[in-house]
Amino acid sequence: MTLLLISPILIPLITAALCLLVWRRPVWQRWLGTAGAFALLSASGLLLKLVWDRGIQAEQMGSWPAPFGITLVADLFSAVMIVLAGLTGAAVFVYSHGNIDRFRESFGYYPLMHLLLMGVCGAFLTGDVFNLYVWFEVMLISSFVLLALGGERGQIEGAFKYVTLNLVSSGFFLAAVGLLYSVAGTLNMADLAVKLRETSNPPLITALAMLFLVAFGIKAAVFPLFFWLPASYHTPPVAVSAMFAGLLTKVGVYALIRVFTLLFVQDPAYTHRLILVISGLTMLTGVLGAMSQNEFRRVLSFHIVSQIGYMIMGLGLFTRLALAASVFYIIHHIIVKTNLFLVAGIVHRHTGTMELKRLGGFYESRPLLALLFLVPALSLAGVPPLSGFFAKFFLVKGGLAIEQYWIVAVSLFVSILTLFSMIKIWAEVFWKPASEPEQAVSSRARSLWAPVAALAAITVFIGVGVEPVFRLSDAAAVQMLNPEEYIRVVLGGNR
Amino acid sequence: MNSVILSAATVLLKPLLTFISLFVLLRGHNEPGGGFVGGLIAASAFVLQAIAHGVPPARRSLRVRPRLLIAGGLLTAAASGLISVAMGAPFMTGQTYALPVLGWKLSTALLFDIGVYLVVMGAVLHIIFTLVEDAP
Repeated sequence: MTLLLISPILIPLITAALCLLVWRRPVWQRWLGTAGAFALLSASGLLLKLVWDRGIQAEQMGSWPAPFGITLVADLFSAVMIVLAGLTGAAVFVYSHGNIDRFRESFGYYPLMHLLLMGVCGAFLTGDVFNLYVWFEVMLISSFVLLALGGERGQIEGAFKYVTLNLVSSGFFLAAVGLLYSVAGTLNMADLAVKLRETSNPPLITALAMLFLVAFGIKAAVFPLFFWLPASYHTPPVAVSAMFAGLLTKVGVYALIRVFTLLFVQDPAYTHRLILVISGLTMLTGVLGAMSQNEFRRVLSFHIVSQIGYMIMGLGLFTRLALAASVFYIIHHIIVKTNLFLVAGIVHRHTGTMELKRLGGFYESRPLLALLFLVPALSLAGVPPLSGFFAKFFLVKGGLAIEQYWIVAVSLFVSILTLFSMIKIWAEVFWKPASEPEQAVSSRARSLWAPVAALAAITVFIGVGVEPVFRLSDAAAVQMLNPEEYIRVVLGGNR
Repeated sequence: MNSVILSAATVLLKPLLTFISLFVLLRGHNEPGGGFVGGLIAASAFVLQAIAHGVPPARRSLRVRPRLLIAGGLLTAAASGLISVAMGAPFMTGQTYALPVLGWKLSTALLFDIGVYLVVMGAVLHIIFTLVEDAP
C-alpha cells in the first residue's frame, strides 16, 4: 500500500513532468493533464477507502524513522481533503478544455495546475510541520504564476496583492516553525503532540499558537486578514479562480484544524474561544462585503470569506459534533463554490462580462444553466434539502448543544444575508430581461457544462444521501479529537 | 561579447567545467558536492559559452532543450524513489546494487542526484538563455 499513500503527490508530479516533455503540443498537454487529474481522483478514492477500512495510514519516507525523517500520514480528514482536491482538479481540468486560451496553454498552464495540485495534496498528507511549510510554498509558487499568467492589467494588480500578503504569511509561518522547534526540539506532528501535552510552559505554547493562527489565518482568509482574497480571485481565467476558490483557502482551513486539534489544545478556553469569535466576525464581514459588490466573481469571492467563518466555527466550538460539522461543511463548500465559479464562467462566455448590471435574461434563454446555478446557490445559502442546509444544521446543532447561542444567531443571520445575496445574483443575471445581445459560443463549450452538471449532481446527492457523508465526517472528527491512534501509527508502538 | 581572451578561454574551460561538474556530482555521495552544485557547474559551462559566443551556439552544443532536461530530471528523481517501492520498501528508501566488476556499488541515491543535476542544469540554462536572448 506504499504506493497509494504517495500517489497523490507523485501523480501530479509525473504528469507535470510529462507535460513539460510535450511543451510544444498544448493539445497533448491538455489531454495528459486531464488524464492525470482523473488518475489523481481515482487514487484518492482508493486511499480514502483504505483509510476507512484499515484506519490511519502512515509511511516513513526513505525508511528514516519518525520523528527524524519525513512522515506522510493519511487520516480520514486528510483522505477526504485529497478526494476533494482530486474532484476539483478533475472538474477544473475538463472545464479548462473550453476556458483556457492558446496563449496560456502554451506557457505552461497544465504543468502549473498539476504542480499546484501536488502542493495541495502534499500539504494534506504531510505529518511534519516544516514539510507543511514546504508544501505551502510549492502551492504558492505555482499559484503566483497561475494568477499572473496572461499578464492582463487586472491580473498583475491582483497577483501583486496576493503575493505580498502570502509572503507575509509565509514569514509568520516560518518564524513560528523556528520558535516551535526551539521550544519542542521536534517538528514531527505526532511527536509534537506528545511533547506539547507534557509542556512545562503553556503560555509560551499559546503564544506560538497565536503565531500559527495569524499565518494560517492569512492563508485561509479569516477576519481581519482576508482582504487579499476578493482583490485577486476575480482576475485570472475562470478555471484558475475556480481551482483557487475551491481549494487554496481550504488548505489554510485544513492546517488550522490540524494544528488546533493535534498540537495546540493546551488552553482551548482561550485559543478556541478566540477562533470562535474570529469565525463569527469572518462570516459577518464576508457576507456584508458580498452584498456591496456588483461583479459576479467578486460577490462569490466575498462569500468564500464568509463561508470560511462557518468552517472554523466548528473548530472554535471544539466538540465532536461541531468538528464533524466543520468537515461536512468543507466537503459541501469545496464542491459548491467551485461549481458557482464555473457557472460564472459559462455566463461570462455567453456575454463577455461579469458585471451584474449588464447581465440578464439567462432564465429565458438558458433555463438549464439557471437550474445549474440555482442548485449550488441555494445550497450555499442553506436551503433544504441541499448539502448546505445539513452543513449549517449540524453546525447550529453543535452550537446549541454547548449553549453558544450568540454564534448560532450570527450564523443564522449570515445565512439569510447569503440567501439575499444569491437571490440578488439570480435576479440580476437570470431573471431580469437581457440588456445586451449574446455572443456566439464556440463548439468547445460542451466541456464547460459537464463538470458543472456533475458537481451540481454531487451537491444534490450529498443533500439526499446525507447519512453516509455525515458518518464519514463524524469518524474524521473522532479521529482528530482522539489523537492517540494518529500518534501511535506515526511513532510506532514504542511510546 | 567581443573578447578574444574570453573566447579562447571558453574553448578550454567548457570541457573542463563539464568534467568537474561530473566529478562533483559523483563525489557528492560521501563528501561535499552532489547534484545541485554539479548542475550549477555544468550550467556555468554553457552560460560561459553563451556569453562568449552567443546563445545560438550554446544551445546547439547543448543539443537538447533545457526544458527537456528539467522534465527528464524530475522523472529520473521520481523513478529513483519508485525503485524502492518496487522492492517493497517505503518510497525513497536507499537501494544499492553491487556491480560484478571493480567492487563498485550503484545506489538509488546517485540516481536521485542525477535527477537533481539535470533539473538544476535545465532550470538555470532555461532562465539564463531566455534572459540573454531577450537582452537588447
